[in-house]
Amino acid sequence: MIVRTRQAISTLPWIALLMLLLAAAPAQATEEYALLQVADPFIELHTGPGAGYPVFHVVDRADFIEVLKRKTDWFKVRTPDGKRGWVARTQLEKTLTTSGESTHLKEPALGDFSQRRWEFGLLGGVFNNAPQISIYGGYAFNENLSAELSASQVLGDYSSSYLFNVNLLSQPFPRWRVSPFFSLGGGYLSTQPRTTLVPPEDRNDFTAHVGLGLRTWLSRRFVLRAEFNRYITFSSDDNNEEFKEWKAGFAFFF
Amino acid sequence: MEGRLRILLLSALCMPCLWSAAALAAEDSTDQVAEQQVAEQQVIQPQIDRREVGIDEIDSEDFEVSVFGGLFSAEDFGTNAVIGARVAYHVTEGIFFEATYGRSTTTETSYERLSGGAPLLTDEERILSYYNVSLGYNLLPGETFVSRNWAFRSALYVIGGAGSTTFAGDDRFTINFGVGYRFLATDWLAIHLDMRDHVFDIDLLGDNKTVHNLETTAGLSIFF
Repeated sequence: MIVRTRQAISTLPWIALLMLLLAAAPAQATEEYALLQVADPFIELHTGPGAGYPVFHVVDRADFIEVLKRKTDWFKVRTPDGKRGWVARTQLEKTLTTSGESTHLKEPALGDFSQRRWEFGLLGGVFNNAPQISIYGGYAFNENLSAELSASQVLGDYSSSYLFNVNLLSQPFPRWRVSPFFSLGGGYLSTQPRTTLVPPEDRNDFTAHVGLGLRTWLSRRFVLRAEFNRYITFSSDDNNEEFKEWKAGFAFFF
Repeated sequence: MEGRLRILLLSALCMPCLWSAAALAAEDSTDQVAEQQVAEQQVIQPQIDRREVGIDEIDSEDFEVSVFGGLFSAEDFGTNAVIGARVAYHVTEGIFFEATYGRSTTTETSYERLSGGAPLLTDEERILSYYNVSLGYNLLPGETFVSRNWAFRSALYVIGGAGSTTFAGDDRFTINFGVGYRFLATDWLAIHLDMRDHVFDIDLLGDNKTVHNLETTAGLSIFF
């Protein structure tokens, strides 16, 4: 019963958030929207934000459209006679702004990746032959040097561990499409043996590691990342252990 | 002599005409200047005072948060209520990433019930919680027609990923995969129906065995 109550309490913030969002949504109706003039012979309005949704209306050259919102690479627009539909990004770029300039949509590109400040990612892989999941966040001081914090969970057959790391990354060729990096850092490894096995003794050790990896810009704010690290743990019983780690995943940057 | 006089007379007669013509022409040009000025003024100061809204300030709705509830069938430990929350990010019209957290309280195994002996797990160990990160693909995007006048956008998606399940005192590496149906009531509000399989290894009863735990949930999500 206590557990049930706790479950109910844990859902309360979500319900509050839901109601807040519901209350906030109609406020958008009074907003003003970007006004664009069609410059191509026509642009197509789809019923939904996807290439598969049927075209139900076309807006001719020189007509104006209001841009209401965006979903991925699709824009919801409104025509002067009140028709609402979705326009692809490639088509929306063939319009003019009210000042007569051609519409330019700012999209993150390869060049922006080398200029990034913040980077967050999610990686999966193998740590000492056991599957692991890790998240990380990084801050770039300049094109070449960045610092990262990461947390991993290693889920082995005989134990499960948490690994927390501080990394210093050097990226010697930040403008390459596939850019290598080298890392150096230290961390803390906390291992809990499985309860069904003896001895049920927790182990907490400091670690140090070196590694190398590759990053490649995928599209928009996304990068793919793969890396290999070698760990050494400083055990309290003076019996240091070495581990290998492979991991790969994706990250996004700001 | 006579000819000269005629020219003089004619020119005297024509002068006023020329003057008036010149005056008319001048008037015309001042009119044009005035019109031009008005036109220029209109370009600089449009009569409808519209605030410039940049195209980059457009509200994008690529994030989705949802709450869900349903049934989680933990192998050997009964089918029980599950609740949870999800956050998704839609990268393209087809691909999205999703992070999920869910929680269920499992019940006794048939063995525990029949034997009447000591329970296998403590109350705390019976709570099953999981998190995972998955990649989804909108396999069948389309529209759902509700009666003659209503069409709603919907999508059938496939999803799969990895995570961890905490159950019976241990964390277990878990693979999940399944299908889901997203029904958009409005642009920002959606209803989800999901079916997932959570696969992990458990060594609770001695041998390490792979268990499939089926989960069926319904959820409500908001795009922002």
